[in-house]
Amino acid sequence: MNEDPLALLPEIALLAGAVLSLLSGSFLPRRRQWVARLIAVAALLTAGVGAALTVGGPTRTVFDAFALDAANGIVRLVVVAATLLVIGLGVDELAGTTRESETYALLLLSALGAVVVASTTDLLVLLVSFLLGSIPLYGLIGMARSPGSAEAALKTYLLGALFGILLMLGITVLYGVGGSTSYGQLAAGLRNAPPAAVAAGVVGVLAGLLFKAGGVPGHFWVPDATQAAGTTASAFLTTVPKVGALVALYRLVMVLPGSVDWPLLVAVLAALTMTLGNLAAFAQTDVRRLLGWSTVSQVGYLLLPVAVAGRSAQALPSLLLYLGCYAVTNLTAFAVVAALPRRRTLEEYQGMAAGHRWLGAALLLSLLSLVGTPPTAVFIGKLTVFSAAWDGGFAWLVVVAAANTVASLFYYLRWIAPAFRGGPAPPAGERRPFAAGAAVLAGGSVLALGLAAGLVSSLVEGPLAG
Amino acid sequence: MLGPIVFLPLAAAAVLAAVRRMPDGVARWSWVAVTVAELALVSVAIARYDTPAGGGLAFEQQVPWIPSVNSSYHVGVDGLSLPLVALTAVVFCACAVYALREDRRPRAQAALFLFLQSVCLGVFVAQDLILFFVFFDLSIVGMYFAIAGWGHGNAARSALKFFLYTFMGSLALLVGFIGLYLAADPHTFDIPELAAAAPLADSPVVGGLVLAAVLVGLAVKTPTVPFHTWLPPAHTDASAVGSAVLAGVLLKLGTYGFVRIAMPLLPHAWQGWSWVILTIGIISVLYGALVALAQTNVKRMIAYTSVNHMGYVVVGVGAAGIVSGGAQARELAVTGAVTQMVSHGLITAALFLLAGLLQDRTGSYDMADYGGLAKPAPRYSGLFAVAAFASLGLPAFSGFIAEFQVFTGSIGATWIAALALPGILITAALFLRAVQRLLTGPTAGRSGGFADVGVREGVAIGGLLVLALVIGVVPGPLLDLITPASQTVVDLVSR
Repeated sequence: MNEDPLALLPEIALLAGAVLSLLSGSFLPRRRQWVARLIAVAALLTAGVGAALTVGGPTRTVFDAFALDAANGIVRLVVVAATLLVIGLGVDELAGTTRESETYALLLLSALGAVVVASTTDLLVLLVSFLLGSIPLYGLIGMARSPGSAEAALKTYLLGALFGILLMLGITVLYGVGGSTSYGQLAAGLRNAPPAAVAAGVVGVLAGLLFKAGGVPGHFWVPDATQAAGTTASAFLTTVPKVGALVALYRLVMVLPGSVDWPLLVAVLAALTMTLGNLAAFAQTDVRRLLGWSTVSQVGYLLLPVAVAGRSAQALPSLLLYLGCYAVTNLTAFAVVAALPRRRTLEEYQGMAAGHRWLGAALLLSLLSLVGTPPTAVFIGKLTVFSAAWDGGFAWLVVVAAANTVASLFYYLRWIAPAFRGGPAPPAGERRPFAAGAAVLAGGSVLALGLAAGLVSSLVEGPLAG
Repeated sequence: MLGPIVFLPLAAAAVLAAVRRMPDGVARWSWVAVTVAELALVSVAIARYDTPAGGGLAFEQQVPWIPSVNSSYHVGVDGLSLPLVALTAVVFCACAVYALREDRRPRAQAALFLFLQSVCLGVFVAQDLILFFVFFDLSIVGMYFAIAGWGHGNAARSALKFFLYTFMGSLALLVGFIGLYLAADPHTFDIPELAAAAPLADSPVVGGLVLAAVLVGLAVKTPTVPFHTWLPPAHTDASAVGSAVLAGVLLKLGTYGFVRIAMPLLPHAWQGWSWVILTIGIISVLYGALVALAQTNVKRMIAYTSVNHMGYVVVGVGAAGIVSGGAQARELAVTGAVTQMVSHGLITAALFLLAGLLQDRTGSYDMADYGGLAKPAPRYSGLFAVAAFASLGLPAFSGFIAEFQVFTGSIGATWIAALALPGILITAALFLRAVQRLLTGPTAGRSGGFADVGVREGVAIGGLLVLALVIGVVPGPLLDLITPASQTVVDLVSR
């Protein structure tokens, strides 16, 4: 028997937090919605403490379907920290609005979905958590109630429905030929299954998870949603679902038999994702849309360790490290965007650093980190991911990724350059202290993570459960 | 010892960046004070330096940094890096003194250049590939802001071109480093360990590809033909001190990488590719000189002579890989190459500061706008003439010592290197022509009322030229410092 509810304390805390903040929000007057926010933050802190206590503990599986291992530990910590940061950068935007408590509830539910999808070792739970993670996103995107956000929500919903069905189809096929939905037995069952059927199933499941990660071919919704949704929702949907989906992908490909050349498939998808994301980001003038495409290209780099899963000892640690580094870096950029709601285009960032020194520094750190400049966080991520990919036999992919990194510099510089050039005095917009604070805090973490990489890298070592 | 040398400017930069209400004068003078303190620290280091036995490192320090990939904060100096550390301290000090007249955001400029000084020193003392790369990349970021923030003309565009080019180079370098890391058993980024192991000795194809990646990275930075096209616009549009630092120090990061990383770590590939490297060097020498000859813009001309001068370094290190040449000749070539890095740093920094004065006084770099400067500005003319003669390799200046050794050594290794000799002739011609057009004849164009060199500018430029003269007249101490290290390099590359 491995039914140990206490082991799922962080997940239970997230669920309880979602329900309680929704309920309390329904009964509280508009100006006292901060109670719902407190509940959400308390739930996240509880989950975070619970997760921190189990990091480095024994590797095991509970309920036959939920892995407790290094990957699960890191995902829990990253998702909780990222969601806290999202709430922090969104407080100014959300406080006193009509849907404040609902937003927190949806954020927590989607975060829960991301944790479960990353930790499960059963295809059926994978499907349920996929839906649990995705459906709140539709709501979050539509919450801005503008024509753009309605369109983005519909687009995301339709694509989500399509890719959800592909995922279901894939799961059905894999179950049919493998004889089980549990990864442990599936690995044995698939070994003798017809390769064509396995390949069909894998493609379906891969497509579903790539929708959630925002990678090719399921990436179409990302730029629209990022541009049109509220900043809080954009920050969340470009960070947390990716964390869950990529680790889920890693767990899944580890099960697959050698009869299907899935490493090449993932490698090609990685190359396509990073190249497309970068090329599309070139021409953008809206900073949110630019960030949206940049997150697509980042998924490409994040797919590198997935492609060499099982073939390089550094694959999983580098994936987890990159995920953590990416999350904090991406959220720093969004926090800066959240702190300056009046500036939406690259031109409007002209002279920004002169008026807001700290925000300027945070923006510089986050964008240089996204490029992969040392000694920031993503540099360490890229370094380990590149090493793992080369070690696993994909030297060509490392060259593609390096070339893409150079290309990405171009559009990040298109943002940095006007921000640090002199310009007209910035308009005295509304002050957003929480978002600014979140930007500075996260910006500091970007640098700290890069410099103290040695300390972090010991956390991400550890085998998968099951 | 190295910790304070590297991080003192960084700490000062942080203070300067954070204190918002600092008067401009305080900012300017504290920049000078910090660079003078650096100079003192480096002098102490040189005084206490004893050539370590067996090709080892002095002032070595190693602290674990990212244990999971075997990367550490490993620093140390030897005869290759200490001269360049000293050069960095000197050039930045001269820039700080020169910039005492700067009135555009002097506090931010001081902070930025102190940051740059830290990262340049970091590159020269790093003994770990990742540490090297961190500082190498940060130097690009720093220089980008130096060009974009204090440049003139089309500065934003030039800065972008510089960033894209050199960043591409640095990523090629990173790919090469990862290849070296994975080839070593156990995996490590430590330079001395990798040099001892020479990991890719048995796999010529992979070794060649890794060397190609490293070479592209370093060649962009050096720059050699055909990766030099970022250099002229970057120099033309950068401020005087920006150009001086770019030419005086940043270009050396590339050539230093040849002797520190490419040659000792990939000896077999280097031997196999030495003819290619030698050829690129010869082409850089000739092409740089010829294009410089065709320039009418003083700053562009000096920029192209940098391509020519860095070409001599490449010729020297390329010839050092030709094992059929005698070991002694190849050692001489490497010693000459390192001497040339120091010499070019001093002389070209002085030339760029002098060119900056033209822009400062009249707003034009065009030779056609001047004539007969010797009359209104005798001090300027004297300094310019001295710098020009030093740069063309006149005996008694450091350039002669360097180029003489490069040619003696490389021609000793292979006669092909003699093909680069016309470069010296063309450079002499172009500098004489520049001196003639700018300084001699009747005072014409914008030369009238040209304000002569002030005390501070004179100290900065004169200091650099005096050092070039001292090295030229008494080269012994510098060569004693470099020679043991170049013996080690030649031993390593001949394996």
